[in-house]
Amino acid sequence: MTITQPSRIAGAAIRRDRKASRQATTSTRTLISSVTRNSRRGKIMYRVVLALVIIIFTLIFIGPLYFLFTDGLKSTQEYIATPPTLYPHHPTLSGYVDAWTKLGVARLLWNTLYYAFGALAFQLVFDVAAAYSLSKLRPFLGNVVLFLMLATLMIPATVLVVPQYVTVVHMPIFNWNLIGTPEAIWLPSVANAFNIFLLKRFFDSIPTDYIDAAQVDGASRLLILWKIVLPISRPIIAVVSIFSLVTVWKDFLWPLLVEYGYNPTRETLNVGIWQLVDGAPANEVVAASAMAAIPTIIFFLVFQRNIMAGLTAGGIRG
Amino acid sequence: MVKVASLPRYRPVTAPAARRHIVPRVRRNGSAWAFLIGAVLCFSFFSWYPIVREVIMSFQKPVYGGGNTWAGFSNYIRIIHDPTFWQAWRNTIEFTILALVIGYAVPFFVAIFLNELRHAQGYLRILVYLPVMLPPASALLLFYYFYNPQYGLFDDILHFLHLPTSQWVLTPGDGFFSIAMLSVVIASTWMNMGSATLIYLAALQNIPGELYEAAELEGANIWQRIRHVTIPQTRLILLLLAMLQVVATMQMFIESFVLTNGGGGVDDNVQSVVMLIYQYAFALSGASNYNSASALGVILMVVLAIFSGGFMWATRER
Repeated sequence: MTITQPSRIAGAAIRRDRKASRQATTSTRTLISSVTRNSRRGKIMYRVVLALVIIIFTLIFIGPLYFLFTDGLKSTQEYIATPPTLYPHHPTLSGYVDAWTKLGVARLLWNTLYYAFGALAFQLVFDVAAAYSLSKLRPFLGNVVLFLMLATLMIPATVLVVPQYVTVVHMPIFNWNLIGTPEAIWLPSVANAFNIFLLKRFFDSIPTDYIDAAQVDGASRLLILWKIVLPISRPIIAVVSIFSLVTVWKDFLWPLLVEYGYNPTRETLNVGIWQLVDGAPANEVVAASAMAAIPTIIFFLVFQRNIMAGLTAGGIRG
Repeated sequence: MVKVASLPRYRPVTAPAARRHIVPRVRRNGSAWAFLIGAVLCFSFFSWYPIVREVIMSFQKPVYGGGNTWAGFSNYIRIIHDPTFWQAWRNTIEFTILALVIGYAVPFFVAIFLNELRHAQGYLRILVYLPVMLPPASALLLFYYFYNPQYGLFDDILHFLHLPTSQWVLTPGDGFFSIAMLSVVIASTWMNMGSATLIYLAALQNIPGELYEAAELEGANIWQRIRHVTIPQTRLILLLLAMLQVVATMQMFIESFVLTNGGGGVDDNVQSVVMLIYQYAFALSGASNYNSASALGVILMVVLAIFSGGFMWATRER
């Protein structure tokens, strides 16, 4: 797998890997040998199978998306007609316009972006600092902290929603009530052991000599983090950032609990469009979910290399 | 690795000098903890404390007029006498098994297929992963309308093929492997299979080609090659993903929540354990009961811990 934007040090190794993997996909044999493959029958079979796979996959994965985008162009009457029409006979943008203005998709989109980028900022500041401290500064009791953080990976996230909710309603010591505030999403997102694990593992691979040399030159720890560690760590920061954005974007249960029922709405897109099902006409709801999907699709197409690299190189995450 | 913080490079060996170094050592630890403190606070409030709090809450009950008192096992006894409790567990296990049969095996074979293709691999990879990036509510609302018995697309396709139409998620009856649950699993698999497929694909690309070569020389056919080369070579990742998938599907929530519009299906036949936690805590007839919900959360946590531990023990390297 490849990682774009390699830093100078990790870059050489990554480039070597990339070269190797490119060769691997072209020359290494897989299940079927090149002899079978290159026979006359093999070539025909391969063509047929390839065509079938492309057609079937496009139908299965793009097909539903086709309806996601075109159903919003139908009028309400056409949408609930039986049998359903395969394409909008009288395409109209009113479904999209109404969803954007009347149903407040604009507001939901803004909320989601605000939560997602805020959570990203909090995670980058606190998790990077913590991982740097655990990896390079090694404070007293640091290993205990690391163990306790990684141990939370064993606790399934959804079983904790009730005590987490109760904590957010009334934060002990501070006596804060965070319900309905963006912090209710931002602060819990920092408690992400997976980020700590990925970042610390990467920081561990940075040679200590660099840091020692900078220390001898009188650089402070913050300066070392900023000038040496962060530039080297760009690939892993990219992975962590993408996952952090996607996680907030896709989360449902937690924003449903902490941002529900305000006017003007404080919900995320994900919760907001689910809530529309009850009142709004079906074609407008579909238009709203299409608009909710567009930013993620664009985001994916732009960052697909990083996303797929993060999935396989960075570890596994449901 | 050299511990920079605790072993300064140029420490003189004389005893008084060593004592003088206590002050910088404390200062070093202080600054290391300053980097760590943000994440530690977030973990404390939103991860470590809720874990403890959940167990405590499950053994408490609220007192009239405020405050809590110990309640022994009464919360646990109350929820196991709720018929929905057993229903939800049965449904969750049904979902997990179906998702294992469909959502676990399908990506593996899809990955084997994709790995054989020499063309269009990038395109197919993007297709498979695209649904993973959609906001889950968008993807599930799409299926919500496809499954609609009046104007849904799926019934129309069945009608076109002269097959009996179905009520899909709204099919009554709660035998094991009901149509309703199968519909939920289909939507869930469509939405989630991308990540598993890509992880398998990366694992398949690491299998050395010589192994297939050797197997073929000994006369192994294609199934034997999959059975004796592909599966053993990807054993670790297969086992890991199996475990992660079971843990994730046991926490199923959004799938049935959106597809049944928060209802749990006909006679609760697709109600899941996490949905029941949600209903106990936040929706059950207005009287929210955090304590019973916590008890249910503790039970789910223990079940998953026993499963993960047992699974790792059963599949350990011997």
